[in-house]
Amino acid sequence: MLRLERRAAPSPVMRFVTPLLAVAMSILAGGALFAVLGHDPVRALYGFFVGPVTTTYGVAELAVKATPLILIALGLSLGFRAGVWNIGAEGQLTLGALAGGGLAAVVFHDATGPWLLPSMLLAGAVSGLAWAAIPAFLRTRFGVNEILVSLMLAYVALLVLSTLVHGPWRDPDGFNFPQSRYFPDSGLMPIVVDGTRLHVGFPLALLVAGIVWLMLARTVIGFQLDVTGLAPKAASFAGFHPDRTVWFAFLVSGGLAGIAGVIEVAGPVGGQLVPVISPGYGFTAIIVAFLGRLHPVGIVLAALVVALSYLGGENLQITQRLPEAVTGVFQGFLLFFLLAADVLVRYRVRLTSARAAS
Amino acid sequence: MTTAILVSILTAATPLLFAALGELVVERAGVLNLGIEGMMLVGAVVAFAVTVTSGSVVLGVIAGAVAGTLMALGFGLLTLTLLANQVATGLALTIFGIGLSALIGTAFVGVPIEDLPELDIEGISDLPVVGEVVFGHDALVYLGIAMVPAVAWFLAHTRWGLVLRAVGENHDAAHAIGFPVVRVRYAAVAFGGAMAGIGGAYLSTAYTPMWAEEMVAGRGWIALALVVFAAWRPWRVLVGAYLFGGVSILQLHAQGGALFDVPSQVLSMLPYLATIVVLTVISSRSGRRGLAAPGCLGKPFDPFG
Amino acid sequence: MPPSAVPARLQLDGITKRFPGTLANDAIDLRVQPGEIHALLGENGAGKSTLVKIVYGLVAADEGQIVWEGREVVVTDPRAARALGIAMVFQHFSLFDALTVVENVALGLPPGERLDRLAERVVSVADAYGLPLDPHRPVHRLSVGERQRIEIVRALLQRPKLLVMDEPTSVLTPQEVDRLFETLRQLRDEGVSVLYISHKLEEIRSLCDAATILRRGRVVARLDPRAETAAGLGAIMVGTDIRPPRHDRSETTGPVRLAVAGLSQAATEPGESPLVDVAFEVRAGEILGIAGVAGNGQGELLAALGGERLSPPATISLDGGEIGALDVRARRARGLVYVPEERLGHGSVGDLSLTDNTLLSGLRAQALGMLGFLDRGVARRFAGVVVDRFGVATTGPAAVARSLSGGNLQKFLMGRELLQEPRVVVCGQPTWGVDAGAAAAIHQALFDLAAAGAAIVVVSQDLDELFLLADRIAVLNVGRLSSPLPAERLDAERVGLLMGGVHGETVDA
Repeated sequence: MLRLERRAAPSPVMRFVTPLLAVAMSILAGGALFAVLGHDPVRALYGFFVGPVTTTYGVAELAVKATPLILIALGLSLGFRAGVWNIGAEGQLTLGALAGGGLAAVVFHDATGPWLLPSMLLAGAVSGLAWAAIPAFLRTRFGVNEILVSLMLAYVALLVLSTLVHGPWRDPDGFNFPQSRYFPDSGLMPIVVDGTRLHVGFPLALLVAGIVWLMLARTVIGFQLDVTGLAPKAASFAGFHPDRTVWFAFLVSGGLAGIAGVIEVAGPVGGQLVPVISPGYGFTAIIVAFLGRLHPVGIVLAALVVALSYLGGENLQITQRLPEAVTGVFQGFLLFFLLAADVLVRYRVRLTSARAAS
Repeated sequence: MTTAILVSILTAATPLLFAALGELVVERAGVLNLGIEGMMLVGAVVAFAVTVTSGSVVLGVIAGAVAGTLMALGFGLLTLTLLANQVATGLALTIFGIGLSALIGTAFVGVPIEDLPELDIEGISDLPVVGEVVFGHDALVYLGIAMVPAVAWFLAHTRWGLVLRAVGENHDAAHAIGFPVVRVRYAAVAFGGAMAGIGGAYLSTAYTPMWAEEMVAGRGWIALALVVFAAWRPWRVLVGAYLFGGVSILQLHAQGGALFDVPSQVLSMLPYLATIVVLTVISSRSGRRGLAAPGCLGKPFDPFG
Repeated sequence: MPPSAVPARLQLDGITKRFPGTLANDAIDLRVQPGEIHALLGENGAGKSTLVKIVYGLVAADEGQIVWEGREVVVTDPRAARALGIAMVFQHFSLFDALTVVENVALGLPPGERLDRLAERVVSVADAYGLPLDPHRPVHRLSVGERQRIEIVRALLQRPKLLVMDEPTSVLTPQEVDRLFETLRQLRDEGVSVLYISHKLEEIRSLCDAATILRRGRVVARLDPRAETAAGLGAIMVGTDIRPPRHDRSETTGPVRLAVAGLSQAATEPGESPLVDVAFEVRAGEILGIAGVAGNGQGELLAALGGERLSPPATISLDGGEIGALDVRARRARGLVYVPEERLGHGSVGDLSLTDNTLLSGLRAQALGMLGFLDRGVARRFAGVVVDRFGVATTGPAAVARSLSGGNLQKFLMGRELLQEPRVVVCGQPTWGVDAGAAAAIHQALFDLAAAGAAIVVVSQDLDELFLLADRIAVLNVGRLSSPLPAERLDAERVGLLMGGVHGETVDA
């Protein structure tokens, strides 16, 4: 019989071990899944985890996919630390893409200059932040559940994007396809490594991770987030105001998601607005945040693992005609196994005989 | 026209009704399962796949319910036995469900099926308006409606319904009296999974008899909002489900009939915006809500201290 | 004890129970006769609750026996106790707020009875004992007194031979108390025994036929309370061995540092105590002790003084400046430090290191740099100083708060505040659960601070501690604070009376 015993203090060793354990278990479960689907598990696992990163281009793609995940997960992790649940980053990403993309494709499509990309990023940050302000306002003012509101707004945001690219923002010379004009060159993310799609967004994301790390480790606000999440009464004792924590978490995570949206449309999406600009980065970033232990360094590593699952899914689809949806299942496995393994951080698992337990 | 709208509201409300009633029971037991969307998706795809391969819609719906239950038991294992965070685990369940349903569904995109047979009663079904609105639906529409008094009766008038509410209200006191808190919660979570599975099965086998990725389209989340809207009361879930069914049908008809000169996407936003408005109105009447929500909703029960 | 035809209903022989660090019950003998209301009297921590938990099977005794109607029994769990005919009404009700009265009753009884039948029985028992109760009302709509009636009715439906009541009147209005007493007398006349746990002297004198008085886990008296005065009972309960206040400090005639006037607060949640027109002044160099039974507004007063709950500006002033509307951090910046009663989860975060826990209250004073940056090096050194100066047993500043024993964590939390050179100290239960040596160190630190000119407010349920520390003592009772009196003009008897809610001319000294 299994018995859980609470540890006197959370095990720091287990905090590091459990994400690795979760990855290992996901790989095993993934292998089993491939076998069930009638594929050679070893070959499929190789194709999923190794195949995509055997070329420079592949490694660069890994960084490209990891970029929005890092940015969004960094923002989400701030709220998750304090028990504030922004689940609608996909919507904030979409709004950011709309604002930045709108600037490049609609407002300034023939007036260009080096100021364009920075203004796009700024516009994206502001709109993402504004979209995130809605659930923050409703939560702090009326006590409305922020999970449901932020999520509903994600659906609304996707429909706003769809409305615009099907209607007013449609490219007049685009043969009626639902897409905007192309951005001018000064509205595109500069490429860092020739022959790849690796753009300046990745170093930018790493920089943001550094800043977030500094903030969490060294500033009052980072401390405030932790205390609020761990012991709300102690936060009150320390004089931290709960509403300000909610606002901070939503505004920062919304802003970062908005920036990620601009980076996507000005980078890998190809410099125009289309109805689908993200394969669910806003949701997947939730997995990244948890897998990365809500820690900036962990998040960067976790984003690379999860980005690999996107590439692996695409690779298997091409090379072994496996459905791309394998990616989503693998991501689900990751989070499940991590949550299950988490029990080891706080509890010791003891095997006892039924007699001893009673 | 009116009759057709009423009929379509009934069918549009049915998946919401199943999912929300299931979640209501889960939440009354003190557990918050945010994974309804994922369970509905897996229920939908499994029901569709079994219907296609076996040729039996009934078998398909049962399989959908079983699939939802299995997903829910996974959630239970994590949150009730391993004491994982309920919010995070529910999200994981949805993310997993999106992936798994897409994976299972790849072979079934674009495959046609026979949808659920309609219930006809000679003579009465032909009556104008009443006949059309009341009869001529598939069995799940009636089952959904019948589940409302069934759940209400179970919660209010049975010993185990009482125990379930006690567990959700104050798990420490229930444990002290000697009730099996974790087992009661497992049962509630499993029921919620079955109901979400049936809700999903209804979407893929009756409402729009086909499979498409992410075809649940946020209904699982709306069902969660419905439970709050209903203040955890079964009969109000019925009202809420028809209200939201009405909003989505209004949107469909407005698009089809060009009632308003607005893009279809703007009308599609209606159910989501309505959810936000309703939640805000309910939540701002504070105090009442605090008492309506089960006392231990979302709190882990840790018998190990 | 002379042999009698009828054996005692309940007889405890030499019951002993040890908890780590304390002897909760020390060879207790107790005898409750049929048809007797027997008082178990004592201060908080005297061992009353442990003893009744042993009787009800919630705690197992280390030594001693329980004899029930002449027969030695082993009470393994509450079910066994109920089977014997023992029913218990707890101080903190185990009710389900959203459920109705009859549903709550049903959950505590064996299954099988239909709710409508049970509702009829509830009504008939309630009527028979003058406990009006609508069985179909949800509990959250009931007053505290009505909630208690549910517990009593639930107990009576089991047809008990012994009814155990733990501090039943602490939450009742005087009218509800009268009604309860009528019910209990009626039960006594029917032959039911009642074990009545209380620290309220007048009540026990008017209700009980016999009393056993506990102090520090031991029986100190067995007597007929009707033959005693409330003052006499109070002196026995509190003990006459209280040391006289220390006079080794110079006369305190400094300026008023902390002044509270007209501080009132409504109770916003069930279970909270209001504060009613609280007023006092503390001078530089002075220690004010606030006594009282738990749950009479101590937590609320601490939160109001510390700044977790705001009040009109003029109700609290520090060195003449109004601070009632200032929050915790602003008050700290003015030199007011505060130690809440609950040490884990309120005074500290269990999962954070001691270094980080010093930042909770020491942020501004110790480690706040430019642009909101923290200097953890400073915090770590400060945590190290607290650990050294207060002899906190721990592996060091990096240890998480949860890993410390209760007493050591308390030393750390007290040290964290006292070493910040405060002008005003507000602390709750400064030495609760702390061993004697450490308590002495904390007391010495408080004396030193007072000598250096700080004004100190100590809220404690430990009268010994208050008499040792305080220059003046006031008593908190249902949110009202008695006017502070010099400690040397008070004695245990008088404080016991005030704690028992006896006000009026007797208090004039």
